[in-house]
Amino acid sequence: MKFVAVFTTNMKNDSPKQLKITRIVEENPSVKTFYFDYELSSKPGQFVMLWVPGVDQKPFSVGFDNGESFGLTIFKRGPMTGKLFEMNEGDRVGISGPYGTSFSVKDNTHYIMVAGGYGAAPLGFLAEELQKKEKVTIDFCMGARNKDLLLFETRMEKLSNVNMHISTDDGSKGHKGFITDLLPELIDKNSISCTCGPELMEKKVLDLCNEKETDCEVSIERHMKCGIGVCGQCAVDDLGICMCKQGPVVKRELANKIKEFGHYHRDKSGAKIDL
Amino acid sequence: MLKTNFLGKQFKNPIVLASGILGVSASGMANTVKNGCGGVTLKTLFKEKRSGHPNPTMFGTEHYFINAVGLSGPGIENSIEEIKKFKEISGAPLIGSIGAGSTEGFVEAAKLINQAPIDLLEVNVSCPNVGTEFGTPFAYSAEAIKTITAKVKEVSKVPISIKLAPGVWNISEIAKAAESAGADAITAGNTIAGMAIDVRAKYPILHNKVGGVSGPALFPVALKFVHDVYKSVKIPIIGTGGITTGEDALAMVMAGATLLGVGSAVYFRGDNAFEKIIAEMEVIMKEEGINSLNEIRGCIHN
Repeated sequence: MKFVAVFTTNMKNDSPKQLKITRIVEENPSVKTFYFDYELSSKPGQFVMLWVPGVDQKPFSVGFDNGESFGLTIFKRGPMTGKLFEMNEGDRVGISGPYGTSFSVKDNTHYIMVAGGYGAAPLGFLAEELQKKEKVTIDFCMGARNKDLLLFETRMEKLSNVNMHISTDDGSKGHKGFITDLLPELIDKNSISCTCGPELMEKKVLDLCNEKETDCEVSIERHMKCGIGVCGQCAVDDLGICMCKQGPVVKRELANKIKEFGHYHRDKSGAKIDL
Repeated sequence: MLKTNFLGKQFKNPIVLASGILGVSASGMANTVKNGCGGVTLKTLFKEKRSGHPNPTMFGTEHYFINAVGLSGPGIENSIEEIKKFKEISGAPLIGSIGAGSTEGFVEAAKLINQAPIDLLEVNVSCPNVGTEFGTPFAYSAEAIKTITAKVKEVSKVPISIKLAPGVWNISEIAKAAESAGADAITAGNTIAGMAIDVRAKYPILHNKVGGVSGPALFPVALKFVHDVYKSVKIPIIGTGGITTGEDALAMVMAGATLLGVGSAVYFRGDNAFEKIIAEMEVIMKEEGINSLNEIRGCIHN
């Protein structure tokens, strides 16, 4: 029996679809990728809402999508991801989406990916999408606390037009220090820097691109409840726009207008929390 | 054409952002004014900080929207700065909204929110999402409404509007209780309790299992609610519930509403749902030769 038959027409419906986990890959002790055989038709940078009934529902950016199946790379952090990590292939979870904006996918461009930790997942998906484009070169900059926490290094090395750059906080692999240290000499007039990871790292990327006046696209993470532009939980100061709809991926010009970026965000009660 | 005076406050149009939608931050609310709102209602605040229910807290389909956020909020005292900030960046009238679990709680909340620059205070006695947390919902008891209204009125420095629940059989009695106890207005009303089940998961979709239904499915219920309240009392009404089009908005006015709360419409028609509704109201009014909303308010009762 094939699940997820849709009996309605094209009607709007954001209720979760129960999808079977078809494959689970352990990336490192605290990160797993969950694959689903489902035509999600997402674009790199977009997210889905993942529901574990009885526990919680949270947004996750899509880390892989080849048109036939998609993958979510998830860091074990709280009760919901804890429950998810106990699940097996064949178990089902609720998925709604894809939602939000995406990174640009363009010909004739020098891409610089700046990934911190599991930010490598959506940027890995972006790099794979870019294989369909003409004359693209990619500098993939990947930073982590130590070499065991680097994600998708081999996956990216397989792509012919990718140059890898690695940094670790403890110097166990690549440059010792911040990944953003490597950026100034990579940025050129024709480059787009795409970044996903810790906010202070992203802010640094944005600042460098501002200095050099080059394109930049940032994936901004804010606490989301609905994911569909209604609750206002992810509205950012001073624009008041929701990051689930006009984000998570924002271009440099828009990111510069988000005054709270790099400074504070809000918790689930709506109270401000400094970074 | 759409300018509306409500309890002495001028609204550039009668559309006000309904409580609980996009109302987490000052900038989020100011953005709804940019998108057409004549005024905004704050998300309901309790004295205490509340995290609300786990997700899923809301979702929508073609026909309805449903939520059980569980009245999350940073607490009144932690919100005063944010409310002041809204007033600095926007000139639109601001309606506060308070919730509590007891009469004393409402009085305390009303006193605390007096520090904020609000123009009107909505008293949310009818949230369907906190179920048994506070015992029987106040909105079903004329006696409770009378007590809470009188006590809040005594301490509030701004006019108060009591937010009632739809689908209550003795709504006339309850609306009259609010009016006689000194309510300046009635918000008619809140969402109506409902639920959704994921049949493949064999599980209710909302974490709270049940929630409040809004959107198009609520509209006819809310319209009759406004109609019934208008028949029962003389005080003005904030008609809220499922307004998604200009036609809905004008129908609410004809049933008796003065201000019109709009919320879930942003799900169905986007961030600028407010200006779309306003534009549609104006088109219909021009075509029908209606010069002001005063001409048609409550006209179906004649």
